[in-house]
Amino acid sequence: MSAAEVLRVMGDGKSLEDRAVPEGLGEKDLLELFRWLVILRTFDERAVALQRQGRIGTYPLYWGEEGTQAGALYACQEGDWVFPTYRQNSIGILRGVPVATILGWIRGYGGPAGFYNPRDYRVAPICVPIATHLPHAVGLAWAAKIRNDGTASLAWFGDGATSEGDFHEAMNFASVFKVATVFFCVNNQWAISTPVTRQMATSTIAERAAAYNMPGIRVDGFDPIACWKATRDALERGRAGEGPTLIEAYCYRLGAHGTADDPKLYRDDAETERWRPLEPVGRMFAFLSRLGVLDESTAEGYQQEAKRMVADGVKQLESIEQPGQDVLFDYVYSSGPPWTFQEGLAELESMSRQPEVEPPTPSPGPNTGDVEFPREP
Amino acid sequence: MVEALNKALHEAMELDDRVVLLGEDVAKTGGVFRVTAGLLDKFGDARVVDTPLAESGIVGTAIGMSIYGLLPIVEIQFDAFVYPAFDQIIVHAARYAWRTNAELPATMVIRIPFGGGVRAPELHSDSPEAFFAHAPGLKVVCPTTPSDARDMLLAAIAHPDPVIFMEPKRIYRAGRQEVPEDSAVTLGSSNGAGAELLSTARVARAGEDLAIITYGATVPLCVEAAGVLERQRDIQARVVDLRSIYPLDVKAITSSAAACGRALVVHEAPRTAGMGAEISSLIHERVMLDLEAPVGRVTGFDVPFPQFANEEDYLPSVERIVAGANKVLDF
Repeated sequence: MSAAEVLRVMGDGKSLEDRAVPEGLGEKDLLELFRWLVILRTFDERAVALQRQGRIGTYPLYWGEEGTQAGALYACQEGDWVFPTYRQNSIGILRGVPVATILGWIRGYGGPAGFYNPRDYRVAPICVPIATHLPHAVGLAWAAKIRNDGTASLAWFGDGATSEGDFHEAMNFASVFKVATVFFCVNNQWAISTPVTRQMATSTIAERAAAYNMPGIRVDGFDPIACWKATRDALERGRAGEGPTLIEAYCYRLGAHGTADDPKLYRDDAETERWRPLEPVGRMFAFLSRLGVLDESTAEGYQQEAKRMVADGVKQLESIEQPGQDVLFDYVYSSGPPWTFQEGLAELESMSRQPEVEPPTPSPGPNTGDVEFPREP
Repeated sequence: MVEALNKALHEAMELDDRVVLLGEDVAKTGGVFRVTAGLLDKFGDARVVDTPLAESGIVGTAIGMSIYGLLPIVEIQFDAFVYPAFDQIIVHAARYAWRTNAELPATMVIRIPFGGGVRAPELHSDSPEAFFAHAPGLKVVCPTTPSDARDMLLAAIAHPDPVIFMEPKRIYRAGRQEVPEDSAVTLGSSNGAGAELLSTARVARAGEDLAIITYGATVPLCVEAAGVLERQRDIQARVVDLRSIYPLDVKAITSSAAACGRALVVHEAPRTAGMGAEISSLIHERVMLDLEAPVGRVTGFDVPFPQFANEEDYLPSVERIVAGANKVLDF
């Protein structure tokens, strides 16, 4: 396949035709993958609503990118490590991280109310700075190679991240030492207000792989099955000792960068609307319906389950007390606090603490987190 | 000191197969200072790795190895080469414990040969320790004797939190000292001897008239200056070798200053916001009433480390230390 060709399995029911489901994905897998999409979509929509209600802080939404997340993760083995950014903030819940912990993190909680032990889930901490987690993913798979176990790693990042030095250093290390790392680039074409044409002079991200003598694969980022297929192949390749792969999941950032961003300032809504029909949840529902694998009531069941899961997480979040002052000091060193911490805490404790700010009374927003996806006509 | 460090690395790699070594030219040549000599032959190229020339990538991949469960030791070839890795050190190595409820610290040692006095090209003579002391989540240490070098390196490798291990390269090959075979510190020793070394100062010269507080390559200079003070004016200066730059041994610092009534801080790094500022503050805040004079400082200047033809003008000399001491003594 040439670098410019985009791997796609799901059609759109119109001009894009359906292709055969790749080997290795049975009906059960397809349904499970769809179920994951619904969980991610439900979380994302609910999180936006929670932000609007003032119950969590600024939230980096990922509406439309669920396929790049669920598809890639579904291709991983349980022992493989994944390295998310803030755009994959809730990916951990598909590996067992409590919903409340992710929401706690977005609510500004530190300590166990907002962070988890990555080893328990093989999900690295959510990376806020850009591209700096990529060398970690390489180091982890490299260590596994030194230890001769088959663990691979996968890291998500955006098109903007490919401008960072750490992207190139990580790609270079991975290919020099032939480690089993999958570089999964979600090219949604926007880094806040900066279009991808300002990030690079090449026409694709995938072609950058050539500089590191590794395959660069382009997939339809709105197609979870294509994302799965490319990732599965890349992982197999890595585990066989053939080194890393760069995947470019070509899509479009349908939402804002975050809840504090207004895309109207820098791009045309009409362009966004042209991409919207390709979004993965409705498209996969339609695709699986055409295959006769999924029916409305099953989809409805997934929806209900996801809503309950997220609602339970929200309830749990509300039952967690805001961390006390100790949280500033408690986890900075694993070896215990240096003496300066005792002084800092003593100083804080001598102050009369301001009462906790009451969260505003929740009001039903325009979007309460119900997932809607278009039905087949 | 080079041999002592080399010995510690051999011991650590022998005792624990999770220990891996990463850096530029550390394997085949044994490092530009030969600190890692012989390790490649003994432990193989999976554990002793010549990396691409990319410091951020080296520290970043070491963090990944640490998350996996290995114990990486990174060599930064020269002090100022650490700046490209600054992001990985501050943003990730220092914060991994904090971000994981202290359950998954980025356990690693970052060895940095530092300081001037070796007639090196530009950016091979910096003293960047204060940057790291300012970053929460790191331990920053600096041995001065071969024995401490060996023991502290083993202690750093066994330490759960990331340790910035500053090696004063000017005294790499100065002064020989037998490293005791029966040192209490071994890798993973549970007697606390190693942990103690990473947070406590040592008295390099006893005295009750003036406390000279320093670390690294200026320790022997301060001892020499103390000798001059003794000969010239019968002053007994106590020289405190900090060993730990973060956390500072506040007890040793303040008790020495209080006991002597006068204190001088000496370091090679530029003065403003250097360790001297912090040490001076600690003393003034805690034992001001025991002082006969304000705390003095003899340091590098707030300028780029000069081209080496002028490095003696920049570096604290015995003469400058004596002059600084006289100022404090004559206040």
